[in-house]
Amino acid sequence: MQFLISMHINPAVLDALTDEEKAAIGDGHGAFIAALKESGELITTQALVDPSQAAVVTVRNGQPVVTDGPFLESKEYLGGFYLIDCENKERAIELAAQIPDTRIEGLGVEVRQVMFADGQLEA
Amino acid sequence: MTGARSIEDLLRELAPQVLGTLLRRHGQFEGCEDAVQEAVLAAAVQWPREGVPDNPRGWLVTVASRRFIDQVRSDHARRERESATVAADVPPEDVPDTDDTLVLLFLCCHPTLTPASQTALTLRAVGGLTTAEIAHAFLVPEATMAARISRAKQRVKAAGSSFALPEGAEREERLRVVLHVLYLIFNEGYTASSGSELHRADLAREAIRLTRAVHAQLPGDGEVTGLLALMLLTDARREARTNAAGDLVPLAEQDRAKWDRLLIDEGTELVKASLAGPELGPYQLQAAIAATHADAATAELTDWRQVHALYLILDRIAPNPMVTLNRAIALAETMGPQAGLALLATLDDDGRMAGHHRLLSVRAHLLERAGDPAGAYEHYRRAAKATASLAEQRHLESRARRLRTPRP
Repeated sequence: MQFLISMHINPAVLDALTDEEKAAIGDGHGAFIAALKESGELITTQALVDPSQAAVVTVRNGQPVVTDGPFLESKEYLGGFYLIDCENKERAIELAAQIPDTRIEGLGVEVRQVMFADGQLEA
Repeated sequence: MTGARSIEDLLRELAPQVLGTLLRRHGQFEGCEDAVQEAVLAAAVQWPREGVPDNPRGWLVTVASRRFIDQVRSDHARRERESATVAADVPPEDVPDTDDTLVLLFLCCHPTLTPASQTALTLRAVGGLTTAEIAHAFLVPEATMAARISRAKQRVKAAGSSFALPEGAEREERLRVVLHVLYLIFNEGYTASSGSELHRADLAREAIRLTRAVHAQLPGDGEVTGLLALMLLTDARREARTNAAGDLVPLAEQDRAKWDRLLIDEGTELVKASLAGPELGPYQLQAAIAATHADAATAELTDWRQVHALYLILDRIAPNPMVTLNRAIALAETMGPQAGLALLATLDDDGRMAGHHRLLSVRAHLLERAGDPAGAYEHYRRAAKATASLAEQRHLESRARRLRTPRP
């Protein structure tokens, strides 16, 4: 079963962290990625640029309209994701709980099963 | 290219035999399995171009042995000279014709592995599929599958398994795991657990091929026979299971003329043979249920009393909420929808079933039959949201739409 674990970040929460805490998050993700690769459960992972860099695209009367993002004004934004292939939802949740973000107040990850996929996914 | 298919079939058939030969000679599962995979890949490139060698199995054994020695040599660079001597000593002759399929299946379905690892390793080491083919069948990148297979082999090694059939009670227990893995491979091929592809026929065909091989080795085992029968009777409905648009067609609405009679006849004979045996297991019962459905010329002629009786026994010997769910359908057919709904209610407190799309969709179906279109609509919609299969979602949404009456 494939699951997307999305990481919802709050820039204000991240800014308030000490350098040590930020480094610990980075190290935690590094170890998590290494373990997922070793177990054969990682498909891919990606992190996104700051939400302030987003472009919002709509088409009105056939004309594209591009404005500075993000699309939704919110405290939390999609910061990145892990796409994994594992035994079942319980295992996906167990893995999600190993992501360092989950231990920080104000950050959270969301687990959802994949329903359709297409396109090449080669590491 | 003519014969590409038959070369592929030949390679899949020979792969476990070659691996067995290497394991008897060198005894290192991990290295031998890698070497056989490389030999199979080399053959897949070379044979279509240059023709199949006179002794294909001997060719594979020789190439795989050489690869294995090369590996050992690079692992122990300092002992290069010594290994080269060993390489020269590799006897070119074939071993006696013993079937190693079963022994290999026991190794690959080792209980310390997760089901996902067991299926992947089985398909590669016993099925002779390449890592790329397995990755493709399970819709994951090759690197992901390669890591999973490599880890599985390390675990088998760490568990200290020997290349021999387990004995006594352990053998019985491990055979159940083997059958479960074959069942999972079949199901993965028959109904994709997610995604838009409903049929991944190759996996189902592969599962049937491997189960046939186990059955050839253990013709007297009722559950092996039952599993093979179950696969054949299920696969017989493949063509009728989807319509031209790729949407699911439920059993009751399938065009039974499209069912594969040859598969049904073979499966039915196997069921009869297995039921004559002393023991009765879950695969035999599921196969007997499938045979009862196959026996009905139309959905209306289904012997629901027999189906219900079989589910009742199944629920007793292998209690499982999914079995209760299916029994509720059969009960509704014999005693009416209210009886089915009452049985479903017993599942409401089962944590494994809470919010499960099958429970929601069966309840929707029974509410519809009980004359409660509003309740049925609500449950079809919830079931459609809960499933991870696009084909099933489309089917459930169309059921819901059919019930939607224009409001004043």
